[in-house]
Amino acid sequence: MNERDYDVVVVGSGAGGGTVAQALAPMVADGLRVALFEKGPRLRDDEFTGREIEMASALYEDGGGFLTADGTLTLALGSAYGGSTVVYTGTSLTAPERVIRGWGVPGLDHADVVARSRRYADENNVHLLPDDEINDNNRLFVEGCRGAGYAAEQFPINVKGCLGSSLCNLGCPNAAKQGTNRVQLPRAEALGVEVVTRAEVLRVEERALVVRVHDEPQGAKGLPSEWAPGDYRVRARIVVLAAGAVGTPALLLRSALPGLPARVGEGFTCHPAHILVAEHAREITNDVGHPKSYYLDRAEDEGFILETCMYFPFTTAKNLVGFGEAHSRFMNAFRRLQMILVLACDHATPGNRVAIDRDGRAVVHYRFTPDVVRSLVRATRASARIFFAAGAVRVHAPSADPPCLEVSDAARIDERVSERHFLPGRTSVSAAHPMGGCGMGRDAGDSVTDAWGRVHGLPWLRIADASLFPDSLEINPYLSIMALADRVAEAVRAEATR
Amino acid sequence: MTPPPSAPTGTFGPMERDLRALAVGIVPEIARLDDAGWRAVATVVEEALASRPAPLRRKLLLFVRVLGWISVARYAARPASLDAVRLGRLLASVERSRLLLLRRGFWGLRTLVFMGYWTRPESAAAIGYRARPEGWEARR
Repeated sequence: MNERDYDVVVVGSGAGGGTVAQALAPMVADGLRVALFEKGPRLRDDEFTGREIEMASALYEDGGGFLTADGTLTLALGSAYGGSTVVYTGTSLTAPERVIRGWGVPGLDHADVVARSRRYADENNVHLLPDDEINDNNRLFVEGCRGAGYAAEQFPINVKGCLGSSLCNLGCPNAAKQGTNRVQLPRAEALGVEVVTRAEVLRVEERALVVRVHDEPQGAKGLPSEWAPGDYRVRARIVVLAAGAVGTPALLLRSALPGLPARVGEGFTCHPAHILVAEHAREITNDVGHPKSYYLDRAEDEGFILETCMYFPFTTAKNLVGFGEAHSRFMNAFRRLQMILVLACDHATPGNRVAIDRDGRAVVHYRFTPDVVRSLVRATRASARIFFAAGAVRVHAPSADPPCLEVSDAARIDERVSERHFLPGRTSVSAAHPMGGCGMGRDAGDSVTDAWGRVHGLPWLRIADASLFPDSLEINPYLSIMALADRVAEAVRAEATR
Repeated sequence: MTPPPSAPTGTFGPMERDLRALAVGIVPEIARLDDAGWRAVATVVEEALASRPAPLRRKLLLFVRVLGWISVARYAARPASLDAVRLGRLLASVERSRLLLLRRGFWGLRTLVFMGYWTRPESAAAIGYRARPEGWEARR
């Protein structure tokens, strides 16, 4: 096995790992040796084509079809240089005060999270899109919210030179989205941080990683790894894990480190979501323009968030309930479709956790609690009202049976959309905000790390991703991940200079 | 609704005819594809399965076989011989089955069929999907 030595090694290059790498990079000039390992490939700019199947295969774990253990929930997990920041829509919200307070993590202060989030928002060019770049799909959401008695809010997003391809979730083909692949990682590399792609971390050992560098698969997108294919033992004084809320707990579990807190893998949440569509009588601009410009935050009062969205033909087809003529009818109305993503604010629940199978691969156990089903149904009812208020003539509602609401159903939405129609395995549910699994807290009895991402009992081991969240964040998480990762980096810097 | 008798036997072997019939039940537009068009759909499915753990392919083929048994038990005919109404009823029965295992199986099958059909550029064009990297510029 090849041997390498560093002072700090980071696993994962998304919002957490990218942030840590950049924050430590200035110390490379003073002799600090930092390496970052990313399992996914580094794509050339011209490889971002926006074509659904090839980009999903290149940028997502299992092509975007990672299923939970009972097969009733699909998780979208980014896997590339830049992690999930390559495939999200750039939405940049700061954590609500009530959520951070509710987490009750000693030493974690909301004001600190906000201050750090703002810094990264500035760094990533977060701003509101001007009116003339908003498409009909988003305008109709705002109008529909107004008509239904809600107040939509505009998402701040992190784009620079956005052409409105609408292809954010397939990796921006115009290098406009300011993910870590465009901002933090290039800066870190410019200052001497070594980034190694196609580098799968097999396990963590005491102050070391065992890393397998893979060859470039035949015909696959992406550059070859920076290191020669093979297995490496990489020693480091400090190990920072930022492989995501599925990847990090799974890596720790298969490493079976002596002294690892028992709660690793527990507390997994993910904002389970439906993609809802509605058909209008006229064509609208939907597959052009930024797809996710507005949202409606009902998290505190009703346990859900609605967001505008626009997906691609296969993703849309998969997320509609049913099959045959009724299904095709919606698909054939594609140019007239308005879409809303409904997200349930789930909470850490015993049994919902990350585990590993006998081969050490991640397995996510997730059951829909009655509260989650209620939130999804409430959110679907609200969305149906918004769709009809915006002028839709037909609404696809997964928690209705049959799942199609006509205008004549508008007065009886509560009756038509019901928890009794939510059937796991039939009702399409997906999630793109995996959180928890290595939650912060007081001690090893209630958590995995402290408020600075230090693993209880293993001070050389740090966590710097969404797995730190002790419970759901109830908003899109990426800025909050960066804020927490910045805290982790600060603690690492302090220790590394000793 | 029954696929043409000339439907080729591809890498799904003797179950390909049933698979094709089930695919038509899931996406009616597949009935309009010629053999080459169907092969293109099947190839996407095959490639998707090839990139996943081996048991997934076995599970898909087992599920198609189970649907065949259910079809024979209920209608004394294989899925490839069912008319559209009976095929729809067969699929609806597994989609809403009390057994999660059957619902999951159907979920997996429909996902693969959707992947095979809706990721084709021709299918996207047919429904007017026009997203381009050039974004707004491509529309003006």
